[in-house]
Amino acid sequence: MAGGPSLMDSLFQRSLEDLIKGLRLHNLAAGTAAGTPESSTFLSKSIDEVRREIKSTDQQTKTTALQKLTYLHSLYAIDMSWAAFHAIELSSSTIFNSKRTGYLAASISFNSSTDVILLLTHQLRKDLNSGNPHEVSLALQTLSSICTPDLARDLTPELFTLLNSNKGFIKKKAIATVLRVFELYPDSVRVCFKRLVENLENADVGIVSAIVGVFCELANKEPRSYLPLAPEFYRILVDSRNNWVLIKVLKIFAKLVPLEPRLGKRVVEPICEHLRRTGAKSLAFECIRTIVCSLTQHELAVKLAAEKIREFLTEDDPNLKYLGLQALAAIAPKSLNAVVENKEVVIKSLSDEDVNIKFEALRLVMAMVSEDNVAEICRVLINYALKSDPEFCNEILGSILSTCSRNYYETIVDFDWYVSLLGEMARVPHCQKGEEIENQLVDIGMRVRDVRPEVVHVGRDLLIDPALLGNPFIHRILSAAAWVSGEYVEFCKNPFELMEALLQPRTNLLPPSVRAVYIQSAFKVLTFAAYFYFYPEEALAASISGVGESVHNGWCEQSSDSVSGQTVTFSEPDEGFNPRMLHQPQKDASGNDGKKMISDLEQVSSCSVKMGHFTKDCLVGMVNLVESTLRPMAGSHEVEIQDRVKNVLGLIELIRQEIHGCLVPKEEENDRGELKACEIVRVMHDAFSEELGPVSLSAQGRVPLPDGLELKENLSDLEAICGDFRIPVLSSFSLEKPRSLEKDVVTVSDQQNEEECEPSSESTSLLTEHRKRHGIYYLPSEKKEKVPNDYPPANDLSMQDKVNDEVDYLVKLTEKSLVPKKKPIAKPRPVVVKLDDGDRIHINETLPELKEDLISDAVQEVLLGSQAVASSSRTDKSDKSSNRRSRKETFRPLESNADSTTVEIAELGNKNSRRIKHRTHGKERSHRSSKKATGESDRSDRPNSSHPHGKHKSRQRADGMENVAAESPVIPDFLL
Amino acid sequence: MIHFVLLISRQGKVRLTKWYSPYPQKERTKVIRELSGLILTRGPKLCNFVEWRGFKVVYRRYASLYFCMCINQDDNELEILEIIHHYVEILDRYFGSVCELDLIFNFHKAYYILDELLIAGELQESSKKTVARHIAAQDSLVETAKEQASSLSNIIAEATK
Repeated sequence: MAGGPSLMDSLFQRSLEDLIKGLRLHNLAAGTAAGTPESSTFLSKSIDEVRREIKSTDQQTKTTALQKLTYLHSLYAIDMSWAAFHAIELSSSTIFNSKRTGYLAASISFNSSTDVILLLTHQLRKDLNSGNPHEVSLALQTLSSICTPDLARDLTPELFTLLNSNKGFIKKKAIATVLRVFELYPDSVRVCFKRLVENLENADVGIVSAIVGVFCELANKEPRSYLPLAPEFYRILVDSRNNWVLIKVLKIFAKLVPLEPRLGKRVVEPICEHLRRTGAKSLAFECIRTIVCSLTQHELAVKLAAEKIREFLTEDDPNLKYLGLQALAAIAPKSLNAVVENKEVVIKSLSDEDVNIKFEALRLVMAMVSEDNVAEICRVLINYALKSDPEFCNEILGSILSTCSRNYYETIVDFDWYVSLLGEMARVPHCQKGEEIENQLVDIGMRVRDVRPEVVHVGRDLLIDPALLGNPFIHRILSAAAWVSGEYVEFCKNPFELMEALLQPRTNLLPPSVRAVYIQSAFKVLTFAAYFYFYPEEALAASISGVGESVHNGWCEQSSDSVSGQTVTFSEPDEGFNPRMLHQPQKDASGNDGKKMISDLEQVSSCSVKMGHFTKDCLVGMVNLVESTLRPMAGSHEVEIQDRVKNVLGLIELIRQEIHGCLVPKEEENDRGELKACEIVRVMHDAFSEELGPVSLSAQGRVPLPDGLELKENLSDLEAICGDFRIPVLSSFSLEKPRSLEKDVVTVSDQQNEEECEPSSESTSLLTEHRKRHGIYYLPSEKKEKVPNDYPPANDLSMQDKVNDEVDYLVKLTEKSLVPKKKPIAKPRPVVVKLDDGDRIHINETLPELKEDLISDAVQEVLLGSQAVASSSRTDKSDKSSNRRSRKETFRPLESNADSTTVEIAELGNKNSRRIKHRTHGKERSHRSSKKATGESDRSDRPNSSHPHGKHKSRQRADGMENVAAESPVIPDFLL
Repeated sequence: MIHFVLLISRQGKVRLTKWYSPYPQKERTKVIRELSGLILTRGPKLCNFVEWRGFKVVYRRYASLYFCMCINQDDNELEILEIIHHYVEILDRYFGSVCELDLIFNFHKAYYILDELLIAGELQESSKKTVARHIAAQDSLVETAKEQASSLSNIIAEATK
């Protein structure tokens, strides 16, 4: 009895309900923690059952088994790819329930890698042709979710038939499925597209809704192809009262309007009308979005949209508030007023409980930032940052940093303020933006000369605070602070204090890389101190004769002219340790900023008290301090630290010698060796006072290619050459050889290396032989010395100045002309060093080539070309339409009269063809026949009849053809 | 378009998944985990939209169930909220004040109804009545088939042939 097991199965099979109950029971009974093992055994037992049952010949049993498996797959992610064939088998069942289950399983579990999917083709075709609409609907649903290119190709004819189905709900599903088929098999567009377009005029709202949905998706990908359909969409926009449809049509227009400005004029009025009329928030929001994204030239519309946005913002519903903020963000770049008007709501939203709203508000606040209000806004934001949770706090800090640094800090006028803000940010408790702040501190230090004193001041404040060292998030900031303090030490008010800060014991909390920066800065400070101790006169002389320090002093004088107070001169260096600072009060007296002067006076006076005593003792003190702190670190395991400590210690040795030398009366008795030590200190100081500038991203590209260096040629030979090497290496076992050969491979063949590794005579001969054979890969030895001199040093200031002269000049010019207009600012914006466009990344400039979409290709062909195929005058039309397409590209900007008239004629012809087409293909639209009977002329005016402007225009067109043509030379028939 | 539909219970249990864009199985599990972490933790008075991987997820809570739909950035969130509500109303009408248990034990019906409502990630039928009619018609087809199949004589005939 073959049916025996099947009978048993079907009688005692666990039903779906049993399975679910069982699963729930096991989950619940076993509790939460231990639940997994027991429920998983139950699960695997169930799957085994399913595996057995699904092979049953009884349809009912099989169906239940597959249903259970589908359940497990969709909710427990159990693999069911092995059951693909059973799903196909069931889908061919005559019992509707089995079919439905089979199709459901297929639509849920099949994907493009399911190999048996092709077996489904036949069944799908059969069901698509079925007389039972529910079977058709099932097949369509399944096809829409599992469609593959093969299925799409094979079933396109059936779909085409279904697009004309007389059952509304089948037609709708077919339309939606077409979208998938188009994507996977673009050729199907040629078959189905026309029928799709015809359905736009269907009276059934549901069908229009489906079709508009399809076009909305298609237009999303490549809007240009659908411009010719604009009149149809316009009609729907004006006539339809269905919100679902309207939303989709608005989305389509949002895509089309930017492509065709004249379209904007047409649709703006109906859109505003909808916005005023509608009570549905979804439609209202879509209208607003369309206006703020695509219709920003129409001021009235924007104004209306802004009004509606305000309504959204004042609602209690967080959804509307969020969307309102989003719309504001979209409108911000075009009409900042709308944002500023709602400033209060926006700022208030910063403390909303909803994270989304907060973020959106933050984005908006940043959009409002301008030169005038940046300080105020940042103040407010920092206060919020102090109050809010770590995540949002960092979001705030991050957006302040990115907004302020945008386009070389273009919004910042008062850099002193900004630098102190950066310092303040470091002290915000949750700050994790160390890296960005570090970059900006250093960057501003390098780019903006006038702000350096303030940078150093901020750096000092950060460095002397021992509490900050404990926070690993701001170590990077400290690193920047240490770097600027060392680099611009000449602005430092008190080098001792700085030195102490740099060497304080808690610096051992810093990571080695940052510590290395600290030590390097200490090195610079020490060099500076020694220099000014040894060479007060030298410094003076240098400033006069302009040797060595000429660059340095040059700009110092310049800056003393432009910025009152912040001066550096060397007229009386004997007065104290840091003559530049001592001079400040005198200069300040002439300045306007009285308050600042007083504070400076105080600082300097306290400084000068110290400086008064500063002679040898102070330097010795400093040297001792440095030595006692750094000496133990000379044995550090970190190479960076060890290296730098050794440098400092070396310098200390030098200074020591010199100090002892100074015990001897100063000027005449100087020993030669001591002089040398002084000399070295001076050279080092000069080296450090050489300015570091920002490096352009394209700097590498500007390095000229040295003559005779051929990088690209003959690289393929390299393998052969390497092969040459391997043979000798294998045959001989000398130790030196591999080493020298290795060097040869990387073509480091200079003499030093050869001396260093002292190759055996054997390998030398190999080498010379090799050089003979492959001379091209060796750098010519005599040229080697010259080549480096050809490279412009990356930081060479004079070179950079040359490059930047023009830019800087322009920057200065524009600033001078712009600043007074805004408001009388006490201090002009300091010059920000910008390199030429090389600083910007070039990638953005070359737009990616517009990829020709296969679908849009086909669509254009259908819309523009094959209309002609349908009509009687075939060749003529297709010619003209292609003609027009080319015209569209070439003559648009010219608008020459002669051309436009011919175009107009071509279009008229096209219009006729469309009319003809409508007649021939309008079979199913029996309701239209009465209209048709009323006459051709009515039909030609059809799109206009719904719209008064359109009517006017059509009359105009009838009166004077050229007139209209000149006005709209390209695609007047697309519009109304 | 809608990329996927998820029904998640308050405890994070998945009740229904429907994918309109291709996501491999591994990815699906990841997505579900990510989103339930994101959505279930949100308080009751917040907005119904979550930004996620450059998409937007619109969700709405009904009793213990979260209905989530993932859409593109420029899709209309409010429209999706309406679709969700639409779906819930149809379910409610079909099951008669629907609860989570109905969906658990009739997961396939929830799928069938969803299929009538959405196809290829687009709203298909905006009329509740029509959807209900189609589902009823299909059910009656199933019932007649079942009656034939489940009559005892049929089983015996099947077994002995």
